[in-house]
Amino acid sequence: MARKLKMRIWRGDADTGALQDVTVEANEGEVVLDVIHRVQATQMGDLAVRWNCKAGKCGSCSMEINGKPRLACMTQVASYGDEETITVTPLRAFPVIKDLVTDVSFNYKKAMEIPSYEPPANLKPGEARMQQVDVERSQEFRKCIECFLCQNTCHVVRDHEENKKSFAGPRFFIRIAELDMHPLDILKNRKQKAQEEHGLGMCNITKCCTEVCPEHIRITDNAIIPMKERVVDVKYDPLRWLGTKIRKREGIV
Amino acid sequence: MEFLPTQIDITKEPMEVGPTCHYVMGGVEVEPDTAAAVGVPGLFAAGEVAGGMHGSNRLGGNSLSDLLVFGRRAGMGAAEYVKSAKAVPVSDAAIKAAAERIQAPFTRSGGENSYSLHAELQEITHNLVGIIRTGAELKEAIEKIAEIRKRSANVSVAGGRKFNPGFHLAFDLDNMLLVAESTAKSAISREESRGGHTRDDFPQLDSKWRQVNHIASFDGKEVTVRKQPLPALPKELFDLFDVHELEKYMTADEIAKGGAR
Ligand SMILES: Cc1cc2nc3c(=O)[nH]c(=O)nc-3n(C[C@H](O)[C@H](O)[C@H](O)COP(=O)(O)OP(=O)(O)OC[C@H]3O[C@@H](n4cnc5c(N)ncnc54)[C@H](O)[C@@H]3O)c2cc1C
Ligand code: SF4
Ligand code: SF4
Ligand code: FES
Repeated sequence: MARKLKMRIWRGDADTGALQDVTVEANEGEVVLDVIHRVQATQMGDLAVRWNCKAGKCGSCSMEINGKPRLACMTQVASYGDEETITVTPLRAFPVIKDLVTDVSFNYKKAMEIPSYEPPANLKPGEARMQQVDVERSQEFRKCIECFLCQNTCHVVRDHEENKKSFAGPRFFIRIAELDMHPLDILKNRKQKAQEEHGLGMCNITKCCTEVCPEHIRITDNAIIPMKERVVDVKYDPLRWLGTKIRKREGIV
Repeated sequence: MEFLPTQIDITKEPMEVGPTCHYVMGGVEVEPDTAAAVGVPGLFAAGEVAGGMHGSNRLGGNSLSDLLVFGRRAGMGAAEYVKSAKAVPVSDAAIKAAAERIQAPFTRSGGENSYSLHAELQEITHNLVGIIRTGAELKEAIEKIAEIRKRSANVSVAGGRKFNPGFHLAFDLDNMLLVAESTAKSAISREESRGGHTRDDFPQLDSKWRQVNHIASFDGKEVTVRKQPLPALPKELFDLFDVHELEKYMTADEIAKGGAR
């Protein structure tokens, strides 16, 4: 049951661009990425769109669909009204390369700024052991597919280019929380660093990041807020502050 | 049970299912110890792009272990190679020819659409070189692939070189055709069923075929497939198996020899 679908597709590059109207066939069960591919194959051979898995697992096809940051491969055409025009635009928080493709290297730079997992120096290969409960605690954060929809949504950077320098963003707050929960990680001050160096303090817990996460990671409730609470606790409680300097605490509970 | 985001309730409505490509067993022929490609000095291949590692069917989880083991070997093999390798001389004419070949789709107009050719190639391999194939189907596929190859020489693309998927597809097509033709020609030669290759016209496993690999090569026009004997199983590995287990797969001759010494 094919039908004619009206679409507006943003085309352009770093300098200029505009929405272009197209009409394309849409079949039952198709997702927005399917119809974009049909436009590409039949009308706009050079339309740039990034994608890989078509299964919501690679995080490549992030774009804004009718103004909402979404994965194009997980967005059903049928979830819009029959007469509705579907408008697709590139992620707003990152520089456009071409058409629907943006340069997300901001995120990779931020990833590099976060110190990686650091096991005790005397731990030999094959000797690391983790309790199941510790595995489960950070499991939610490990579901991240790095689609950067949360990064694109967060108002701290979405409309404030100048904040990018000092703000790592929600994806990296969950990364810090995950490492902080790791029982073998010996870096003791991850939360303080999140606050002081990665801009945790700039987040005012609006939860917009959580709303757009395709993996339903409770970014704000389970990573950001607990870290903020602990940072405040530690700041005002000299004994606990001392505790963090002596041994690694058990992470966020 | 609801499958998001399709919103199909499979307890009430039928759900469409179909086979899809999960793994390519064939690939670049390599030396097992160094991962160096046979016949192409300086090229190393590890992982799914390398052939021969998993026989006729890769077992679940074995790709990961393959990547770890042979990725390391490839790295060490390449590091060893560069110690003695000299820069390969490349003529200006060769560079110019390569650049022209890549640019060519921009210089044509009104030629074939790379997306349409890709879709046709998918259709051919899906229908005729699928999980269950027959000699007649494979023959038809080989003819149709040759047709697509001819037409692919006349692809034209619109737009510029920057992030242009139609342009990328124009030269990806060459590689896809190579893989499709190699697969079809190897499959038509192998008159038995084994692992991921089921010949409806030869449904039985045949121990003689276990001793044969197919090696495909390309002369710029078409793929030629030749048979290459598989090295015999070393004795120390042979001895690890219950001989009755091996009898299911090996010829009486191989069993009598008891592995290579
Ligand atoms: C759905 C699915 C599930 C699977 N599940 C399992 C499993 O549970 N266990 C298991 O062991 N295996 C599994 N496999 C198989 C396994 O995932 C793959 O075999 C393995 O990931 C291949 O790794 P690779 O590094 O060899 O190749 P790839 O991961 O395919 O990497 C190739 C890379 O090359 C890049 N590339 C391609 N062309 C170019 C170019 N022209 N220039 C530069 N870069 C290029 C690609 O972008 C890609 O990053 C699964 C496969 C699939 C499809
Ligand atoms: S909760 Fe914090 S990180 Fe998430 S969108 Fe709001 S301000 Fe940004
Ligand atoms: S946290 Fe969610 S929204 Fe953010 S990058 Fe990971 S998967 Fe995407
Ligand atoms: S294409 Fe991989 S998440 Fe959409």
